[in-house]
Amino acid sequence: MRWIWIDKFTEFTSRTSATTVKNVTLAEEQLHDLYPDFPIYPHSLIVEGMAQTAGILVGEAGGFAEKVILAKIGRATFHQLVRPGDTLTFSAKIEQFSQQGASASGTVTTNGKLVAEIELMFSHIDQNMAGMEFPEHNFVFTEQFTELLKTYRVQGEIAL
Amino acid sequence: MAMSREEIYSKVQGVLVDALGVDEDQVKPDARLKQDLGAESIDYLDIQFRLEKAFGIKVPKGEMLPENVMTDPNFVQGGRVTPAGMAELKKRMPYVDLTEFEKDPQVEQLPFTVDAVVNYVQTKVA
Repeated sequence: MRWIWIDKFTEFTSRTSATTVKNVTLAEEQLHDLYPDFPIYPHSLIVEGMAQTAGILVGEAGGFAEKVILAKIGRATFHQLVRPGDTLTFSAKIEQFSQQGASASGTVTTNGKLVAEIELMFSHIDQNMAGMEFPEHNFVFTEQFTELLKTYRVQGEIAL
Repeated sequence: MAMSREEIYSKVQGVLVDALGVDEDQVKPDARLKQDLGAESIDYLDIQFRLEKAFGIKVPKGEMLPENVMTDPNFVQGGRVTPAGMAELKKRMPYVDLTEFEKDPQVEQLPFTVDAVVNYVQTKVA
């Protein structure tokens, strides 16, 4: 299994905002782990989907040169459950961006209904955590990620 | 018109409540961000962003809390701030009252208080 919790970008405005979608299917193992016979999509993965949407937005703002790490969930408010067959839409925007990191906020909806409101903080870890050293290679935006990105660019659906 | 200290304090209090998830009555002038309010490293960036938004100011990296001083072996040895480190802290953080800290300068006990944040913001909005 690959740790990818968004299916595609539908909008991308550099340094500003991004929108992604995620189709939730009954075949996914994680839907069956919380409640027997009542499959729901876990809230933690809704947060992860937003983190990936906003994290790539933040990464692109820095030319994918920084190691962008989700450092803090400032707020996550959930309004309804997500069930198999739902399509989640993640809308993220950068609130603030600096050399050290960024803050982002966003909403998650399905069928036009609000599912969650989320605020996140990202750290450019090489610029923070003074005194600690991290591997030189970018283990966040990996080769696998950049190859995936190329296919989006080739398709030309969004300006990533 | 310049903001009064009370206005700055009230806004700083709001920033710290939101950033640290603490109750308003915990944010007292002498409360230390790390030791009393539980601030972790990423919280300082969060506070920095929120202060910039709330006051329309720019907080450059390492200006409000010069973390690089705390990790410099010339300034901190064996968990204690050296005389050179103390001189550097006084120069870099004139808005922090270091009088008591200087008597037993254990780096973990740096008195970066709510009052210090208010003092810092006051220098920026003046």
